[in-house]
Amino acid sequence: MKLVSKALTGSEEFRANVKGHMEAIEIVREAAQLAAEGGGGKARERHISRGKMLPRDRVANLLDPGSPFLEIGATAAHGMYDGAAPGAGLIAGIGQVAGRDVMVVCNDATVKGGTYYPVTVKKHLRAQEIAGENLLPCIYLVDSGGANLPNQDEVFPDRDHFGRIFYNQARMSAKGIPQIAVVMGSCTAGGAYVPAMSDVTIIVKEQGTIFLAGPPLVKAATGEVVSAEELGGGDVHTRLSGVADYLAEDDGHALALARQAVASLNRVPWQGVQWQAAEAPAYDPEDLLGVVPPDLRTPYDIRELIARVVDGSRFDEFKARFGETLVTGFAHVEGCPVGIIANNGVLFSESAQKGTHFIEICSQRNIPLVFLQNITGFIVGRKYENEGIARHGAKMVTAVATTSVPKITMVVGGSFGAGNYGMAGRAYQPRFMWSWPISRVSVMGGPQAAGVLATVRRDAIERAGGTWSPEEEAEFKRPTIEMFERQSHPLYASARLWDDGIIDPRKTRSVLALSLRASLNAPIEDTRFGVFRM
Amino acid sequence: MFDKILIANRGEIACRVIRSAQEMGIATVAVYSDADAAAMHVALADEAVHIGGPAPAESYLRGDRIIAAAQASGAQAIHPGYGFLSENPDFVEAVEAAGLTFIGPSARAIRAMGLKDAAKALMEEAGVPVVPGYHGADQSDDLLKEAAEGIGYPVLIKAVAGGGGKGMRLVERGADFADALASARSEAQTAFGNPAVLIEKFVTAPRHIEVQVFGDGTRAVHLFERDCSLQRRHQKVIEEAPAPGMTEEVRAAMGAAAVRAAEAIGYAGAGTVEFIVDGSDGLRADGFWFMEMNTRLQVEHPVTEAITGVDLVEWQIRVASGEPLPVAQADLTITGHAFEARLYAEDVPRGFLPATGTLSHLAFPGGCRADTGVRTGDRISPHYDPMIAKVIVHGPTRRIALQKLARALAGTEVAGSVTNLAFLGALAAHEGFARGEVDTGLIGRDLQALVAEPEVPVQAVAWAGLVALGLDRAPGAFDGFALWVPMRRAVVLSLGDVVYDISVESGGGGEMTVRFDTAEVTARWRDGRWTLDGTPAPAHHHAADRVTVFRNHGLAFDVPDPLARDATAASGDVVEAPMPGMVKAMMAGAGDHVTAGQRLAVLEAMKMEHVLAAPRDGIVAEVLVSEGTQVEAGAALIRLEAVED
Repeated sequence: MKLVSKALTGSEEFRANVKGHMEAIEIVREAAQLAAEGGGGKARERHISRGKMLPRDRVANLLDPGSPFLEIGATAAHGMYDGAAPGAGLIAGIGQVAGRDVMVVCNDATVKGGTYYPVTVKKHLRAQEIAGENLLPCIYLVDSGGANLPNQDEVFPDRDHFGRIFYNQARMSAKGIPQIAVVMGSCTAGGAYVPAMSDVTIIVKEQGTIFLAGPPLVKAATGEVVSAEELGGGDVHTRLSGVADYLAEDDGHALALARQAVASLNRVPWQGVQWQAAEAPAYDPEDLLGVVPPDLRTPYDIRELIARVVDGSRFDEFKARFGETLVTGFAHVEGCPVGIIANNGVLFSESAQKGTHFIEICSQRNIPLVFLQNITGFIVGRKYENEGIARHGAKMVTAVATTSVPKITMVVGGSFGAGNYGMAGRAYQPRFMWSWPISRVSVMGGPQAAGVLATVRRDAIERAGGTWSPEEEAEFKRPTIEMFERQSHPLYASARLWDDGIIDPRKTRSVLALSLRASLNAPIEDTRFGVFRM
Repeated sequence: MFDKILIANRGEIACRVIRSAQEMGIATVAVYSDADAAAMHVALADEAVHIGGPAPAESYLRGDRIIAAAQASGAQAIHPGYGFLSENPDFVEAVEAAGLTFIGPSARAIRAMGLKDAAKALMEEAGVPVVPGYHGADQSDDLLKEAAEGIGYPVLIKAVAGGGGKGMRLVERGADFADALASARSEAQTAFGNPAVLIEKFVTAPRHIEVQVFGDGTRAVHLFERDCSLQRRHQKVIEEAPAPGMTEEVRAAMGAAAVRAAEAIGYAGAGTVEFIVDGSDGLRADGFWFMEMNTRLQVEHPVTEAITGVDLVEWQIRVASGEPLPVAQADLTITGHAFEARLYAEDVPRGFLPATGTLSHLAFPGGCRADTGVRTGDRISPHYDPMIAKVIVHGPTRRIALQKLARALAGTEVAGSVTNLAFLGALAAHEGFARGEVDTGLIGRDLQALVAEPEVPVQAVAWAGLVALGLDRAPGAFDGFALWVPMRRAVVLSLGDVVYDISVESGGGGEMTVRFDTAEVTARWRDGRWTLDGTPAPAHHHAADRVTVFRNHGLAFDVPDPLARDATAASGDVVEAPMPGMVKAMMAGAGDHVTAGQRLAVLEAMKMEHVLAAPRDGIVAEVLVSEGTQVEAGAALIRLEAVED
């Protein structure tokens, strides 16, 4: 059924909403712009003067003209390492080459020589995880000095550190996911394994180098004096060592060779859902900024949002009259069938049961799930605990955790507490997770957290016979509130790869559609749910 | 009336004749060479006969095979078109001897006009004015001066044995005659070993005006004149009818002279009497002189058809089949004005060199008649005339017709070969031409301006870039999608010597920004089409490695294949032994200039001889081994001098 919007697009409230969103968007846009500029003017000029293309241009020229680029972790490492690693020195995302989806991972050598900070590793691994889950061929545009040495303890040794990159390459290759490397600069030490572990490797003449130890280390170790080119340049690796397979004249040629390599992969995406012709929503997605209040405390009908995201604004709402704080139903996004699970208030037992039921249906029918997350949590209180809210919540969490259909999570508002779990938060491994600039994520609200801590504190003071003035209490609460505020901001979350990126709300539909398309490169496996506590 | 005819020609004229024949319900037989098996005229005809190899001497000039083809196919008549055998009297006789009809004049008439001097004498006899001159054997100074005065200054003194301007002098007044004569004679003596000269009237502003005649063997009519003064090196470029500045009086005089010429030789069919006309002071009834008669249908006949409404080919066929002249002179009138421009595959910047190529796209706009013998996909073959088409327009006045010509040329779309289209366009826009100030020297005088390449609009470059990237398609839902920062796609195009390094930034939502040099062009998808800076994108054609944008009469941008590069080719200063072996021969010596691929040495290994070639152009710095040396794999044999990038 076509949704009917009750929004008043000309109203004062509408305009105020737009303004609030625009302010939040602008903060993210600036952060994204900063990240896109990598190491900044001087480093970029030096990079270009060496005849190299800037990293974003490398990505753009690898992809098909006009290809979308669904970037992952665009503001990774924002505000971290004293701002030394914009975008974590790595560009990652999904685009199309020769008409098929690929994962591109591109070092940004203008950022500390493309060395790997802890978040760089995390971003690289996240890109590989996406590629692995969705069977996307990987193209690594390599130009990196390897591990960032001052941070080596957080980069090198652990399971999800540097070594995992090559482990993933081997495992993906074993799964038949093509691994292609284009060496456009240094691949030193551990980095040497990226091209070496790839199925096909292209290297740029007199620019790309691959070696386990660079000339300075060789000299220190054995006294041998050798140039980088003689040690591990393109000529050496394509003619003598066999570490690389194609010798390219320059970046442009190398990217063309990579495109050629993808064109000959002979793989077709799975895409096995019943697509229908895409249709724009009946309500303008631009108006999302006006119909959704930017203040998370202001309630609104989530259907206003759905109406501006799904094809023809048509939504087959399931169990509309039961557990009304969770809206569930079927729709299409750019022609792709989806089951939508959206919060419309706090989760009650009924809402959780309904959500579980709906996930079972979608799993049965191989329909991808879209979670529109705006959740303060599950309901609390004696009545609800006694009726088993934990049991019902657990059912939903079990369903979310064990379903095999692709899950796409969009945090459009709050993401607090166990609500985050029930609504396919990061730990529940949605294929993609995106956030709006107005969203907030934390274990609970800042004031609530401060309140809990204050109550404990007051009890202790009063037990000891002391007194605590309201002023003292407020002063006690302030740092906690401030910390929660800072840490719940989506830029803070995205910097740490808690999500895949922050998006402009007006692009919600496109981002969902691209995420779904990417997901459907992989066949949907049969679901086997865990034990539901009935 | 015939029921089947054979057309002994190819290209546009064959197509043109076939169309008229078909209009008359006559079946047509085409002939073709190996090169033309799939040509348009073959496709248009009802049947086609192969007559030999691609060279004209092996096919279209083989009268015997053509006659045999006519007999075999049951055609009763042969239309020769123009060129090839059209003015060959022996062929006409052979056709008639075979019991077939030649659609054209008699062998006798062709012969009469074939010898230029004899033809002039014949015309003089018939009272047709010829260029006044003295061609006598008596070479005395006084007699020659007398003759010059009789002709009237200015005159030309020309070496009888001459050519190439040697021994030629222009004399403006009597006082200069003696000196000019002396120097012309001595130059003629030096150059040709013969001091004899002739004297001719010098026409100061010569115009080429020709009269279309049509005879039935006894009587003739004329279909007015055509002006063919726009010539480049005696090649007609644009023709028109009627002639600018023509008066009824002069027209009547020229027409009458042309009819006299035709009737004097018992002319049958379509013919053209060419006159040289003095255009220095308006057209005068005593200012035109016979040059020659073309005893065939002319290339430029359509302009006459346009202003008279006559189908000349239809007339040719009717008269050849025995009908009398279809109309009397009084029934013929001029309606409006017509132009014809000859579109050639030729390389204008390289001195109008004939070009070849496959026409990947060919289209003509409405509002013109385009006579062509090629279609999209056809090849301009080196064996024949590189004419692509004749673009013919007709309008109520000269001004309107010329405007239509300019518009038709601007709308003509050719891709796959260079053409003279822009040159034709520049001529159509020439101010003097627009004023009707035409003479045979116009193109020569203004050539530089006419071949100058006008500034390329930035939008055309931008569009070529978008087309090369395939972004001229309707935008898809995700085209150019980026989360925050738009992506920039690059493409390099070249137009002649100019290289454009273009970047395209997709903003999504049907909007793109194209940048190169300092230019910035905004492309927007509006109402189902792309606009560039607000105006609709030009038409274009995209072949694999070339984008032709139909602006400035066609801008052909080359799109280099990013893969068509070999990083290994130019690399390496050292030629190494690819495997262990013995140096059997060493052709290189220190200091040798070598070119890429040149044989430098031969290595004998595994019972095979391996030629070692120069990896690039360069100079041999040193030869490191001598013949007979046994070398290991990877051994350096020859070192080239390093080159700086």
